[in-house]
Order: sequence, then structure tokens, then C-alpha cells
Amino acid sequence: MDLQKAIYDDTGYSVERLAALLSPEAQKYLEPMAQKARQITRQRFGNTIQLYAPLYVSNFCVNSCPYCAFNRQSDLPRKRLTIEQACKEADILADDGFRHILIVSGEDTKFVSIPYLAELSQKLREKFSSISIEIYPASTEDYEKLFTAGIDSIAIYQETYDRSDYAKFHKTGPKADYDWRLETLQRAAQAGFRSLGLGFLIGLSDWHAQMQALAQHADYLMKKYWQAKVSFSFPRLRPAENVDEKLFKYMISDTQLVQMMVSLRLCFPDSEIVLSTREKPNFRDNMAQICVTRMSAGSRTNPGGYAQKDESLSQFEIADDRTPDQVAEMLKSKNLQAVWKDWDKAFIK
Amino acid sequence: MKDKLIIAGKEFSSRLFIGTGKYASNKIMADSIEASGTQMVTVALRRVDIQNPQDNMLAAIDRKKYLLLPNTSGARNADEAVRLARLARAATEINWLKLEVTPDPYYLLPDPVETLKAAEILVKEGFIVLPYINADPVLAKKLQDIGTATVMPLASPIGSNQGLKTKAAIEIIIAQATVPVVVDAGLGMPSHAAEAMEMGADAVLINTAIATAGNPVKMAEAFKKAVQAGREAFEAGSSGVKNQADASSPLTGFLRD
Repeated sequence: MDLQKAIYDDTGYSVERLAALLSPEAQKYLEPMAQKARQITRQRFGNTIQLYAPLYVSNFCVNSCPYCAFNRQSDLPRKRLTIEQACKEADILADDGFRHILIVSGEDTKFVSIPYLAELSQKLREKFSSISIEIYPASTEDYEKLFTAGIDSIAIYQETYDRSDYAKFHKTGPKADYDWRLETLQRAAQAGFRSLGLGFLIGLSDWHAQMQALAQHADYLMKKYWQAKVSFSFPRLRPAENVDEKLFKYMISDTQLVQMMVSLRLCFPDSEIVLSTREKPNFRDNMAQICVTRMSAGSRTNPGGYAQKDESLSQFEIADDRTPDQVAEMLKSKNLQAVWKDWDKAFIK
Repeated sequence: MKDKLIIAGKEFSSRLFIGTGKYASNKIMADSIEASGTQMVTVALRRVDIQNPQDNMLAAIDRKKYLLLPNTSGARNADEAVRLARLARAATEINWLKLEVTPDPYYLLPDPVETLKAAEILVKEGFIVLPYINADPVLAKKLQDIGTATVMPLASPIGSNQGLKTKAAIEIIIAQATVPVVVDAGLGMPSHAAEAMEMGADAVLINTAIATAGNPVKMAEAFKKAVQAGREAFEAGSSGVKNQADASSPLTGFLRD
């Protein structure tokens, strides 16, 4: 497809258009692509950015993903929050102003069970207007229970859509089942979930093929489960001491990440684009002005981390440690309004 | 004669209604509302903490000057819309409701079946219901039959700024209406709003076109003028659009010689 046409014609998603936008040649047109992405984002989402915070409830995990600090072979100190402890953490987030909360956990089904999550959600509903989960894949019946308990959104990343790479990184544990994970969002949508978060862990496989798979996955979900809204996340492996660069051959640059995000915006003008505190302030602040619509702020990725600042239990290193207020102020300085509440618990009976 | 807009017995001198989403700040929103001259402001119940008068967005809207019209944006079916409406009324005693039932989260097109169902319940419960609908004349009549206070057909998909794509259907809705017709959604420029008013729409509702303009306050003023101009043109009566010129030497002129 002609690159100019791919950038400027609002033709939505097609494999050809996305390929053109992701091509090395398109990198020369990153600025006009970003301009176009900004224009679309402001028109569709207005001058606003939604803020949310993660609540880590357990870093126990039965899987052994080599890229994750929670993997069961690592000697990370482990911690699980009781419902009461989790609620205390949530109270801190509510006091910070958050009304959207994301419950995160390692695959710890014995402790962070469906009844645990349902009970926690019932309690969180008193203070939060939207509750999301980022946990292990569950069945439709279990998602129905969680939806009834007040959880309306889900995020789950395929990590890599490449089956052979997937097998390489997930040799044991329940996560070895590629298809069960792939179909998670369908099961959640069938149970009534309204927001379906997709992504892959950037760095595990070649990003061009991953982006095409991600877009196809999203396109399928949008057509089949047309009442749920798709959101995209871009978790990226960062060069760090504990990351073996021989194992992760596909790390990408900031420029490439911008190209990925902007390309998806052009193909999916109405989808949410999420950026977490894995990324540095400078990158986040600039992407907020281009195509991001939802950001976390003040995050702690260790269970109990809001009450006790103990980094040793964390899933990943936070690259942006500003407080929620500081992030809101930053947005204001860029003529963007931080939106803390954009849902209502009354939507769920 | 300056005619007034009357909805459910309440008189409005402004025929421009304003939405409150997408603004860069509550201050810009408040200034734009002021500049628009509106008397009716709609607020998404999902965006505000309706039970809390200290809510930043609610606090920015002067309730003495503007009628607050809560809306059920985000509701996917009649059940959800009705539940949201009841909770909002219980918390605020506001009886007015912009009914939005939009199961598709991308184009946010209204569901005719669920909207009608919810309207039936809410009208019976004493709500003053202003339903957001596709430009469907039969649905508009059915809603009027059950007692909605207005009908609010869309001009084009919400937030799209595409203007009056549904013009032919809205003309029929206006021709058949027994309640005020408020053209809602998709009006992107003041000229679009003027066009709707010239057609005989009773009012228009604008959000995105103002909130995401380079200068929202100035755009609000522009819409105010356009709505006034369009209404005055409608009241003045168009001299009609002619497809052909009147020939100064008609071909049949010889018959009168």
C-alpha cells in the first residue's frame, strides 16, 4: 500500500495498511504519523487522559516465565495480601483520587482464587467506580462470577503470538497452554466484561509479526464481541541487569515503540491506548500528547507496596515514580485533563 | 416575535444545549458553557460522582444558571440505563434525564429497542426523558406516544463532526413532531448547527466540536450565533430554493400578448 495513503486516508484497519505504517520506510514519516494520531485521538477522546492504579495482591506464581520477577524459580521474597490488607492498599489509592483500579496477581490460584477476587471486588466497589483484573486466565463461568461481583474490565497479554517462541518461554505450568491464554478475552467478553486489554511483551519476538497478530486479534474481538471495547497496552522489556540479552533478541528502541503505537492509533481510531509506569516520564509525557488515552500513575508493583515502600518484592522496576498528583499536574501543563472517574459501578447490578 | 422553546413546561431562551465531555479542564468547560449562552448542560453520570456536590466537574457548573441534564452514557441496555437513572435521581432529585443506550462502544450508536424499553419505564416513573436516537422517524413517533419530552436524533455518529448526514430523516421527524426535536451528535461546525436550525429543529446539542476546538470559548460563541441565526432564518421563512431561474423572456409569454 502507498505510504501516503496509509497515513492520510482514514480507511481503518487492514493488514496492508498496518504493514505500510510499520515499514522501515514509514519511520521517515513518523512526525506526520504522530500529528495524524494526535488529531484523531483528540477528536475521539477529547483533551483528557484516564488515570488508574494497579493493586498487586500476590507475587506467588506457579509459572516460570524467564522475563518475569515473579517466576517461581526466582528467589524473590513472596507476599500475599489478605482481603483486609488489600483493602488498606486500595484505601490509599482512593485517597490519592483514583476511582479506577486494576487488581494484579501472579498465577496463585490457591490464594488469589475466584472467591477471593469476588469478595475483594465487592469491597472495592464501595470506593471505586471501575475494577479491572490482570490475573491468570479463567473460565467463562468464573468470569461471570467476577463480573457479577463488580469487575468490568480485563487485561491479559499473550506475551508472544508466535507459537514456537511462546513454547520456548513458557515450558511448564498452566501458562504453557497457548490456546487457553489466547481465548481468555473471548471468555471474558462472553461473561459481559466491557473492556478487553490486549498486548504482547515487546522483546520476546519480532515486533512486526507481533503487531500484525495483535491487530488481527483485536479486529476479531471487535467484530465478534462488538459490545466490548478493546484497549492496547505496550509492555516492553527494558535492558536491565536481570534480563539476559541473549534470550531476548527483539528489544526495540523508543522510535520503534512510537511507530508501533502511532500505527495502531491510525488503524484503530477509537481504541484505548494504555501506557504504564514501565516507561520513563519523558516518554510518557510525550506519548500522552500523541495517542495514549489511559495511564497508570504512582504505581507500586509489589504486594503491599503502597503502605510499605519495599521494592524488593516488585514485578518490574518502575521507570516513572512520580505521584498521581504530579502526573495530573504534568497533564494539566500540556492542556490535558486527568480523568479519575469515567465509569460507574451502577452499570453492574 | 421571539418564540421560546418549551420542554416539559420549562421555558428556554437558548436553543443550544452543551455537553461536558472532552474538555482540557473544568475551567475551560465552565467558560465555554458561559460563552455559549446555554441554559441546559448535560453531564455523563459515569464521569461524575453524582452524590458528591464537591465533585470537581459538578462544582464547575452553576446550577442556578443551567439546568443540569444527567445522561446515561455508557449504558448498554435498558436495565443499565434505568438503574443509573434511578440512582441519579435518588441522589440529586433531578428529574430530567438524557437517555442514552449505546451498546456499541466505538460508534456509540443508540439502540432503538432498548431505548424505547427504558423510556417506557422511566416515563412511567415520572422522569422527564430526552432520548438520544438514530434519525428514525417511526421510533421518534413511538417515543412521543409514550410521553418523552423531546426526541434527540443524531446528525451523524457522535463526536464525528460530520454534520447533517441524516438530514432527510430528520426533516420527516420535524414534520411529524409533537414535541421539540433536538438535533444531537455529529454537528461539527456552526454552519451545521445553523443548517439544523434553519430546517426547523427546536434546538441542537454540541459537545466535541466545542470541547476539542483550538479555542473552545470562541467556538462556543460561534455556535451561539449560528444557532440564533439559524432559528431567526427559520422564523423569517425561507424564500425557498429554486432549481431554475425565472426567465425574463418566458417561452410562453406570447400567449399573453
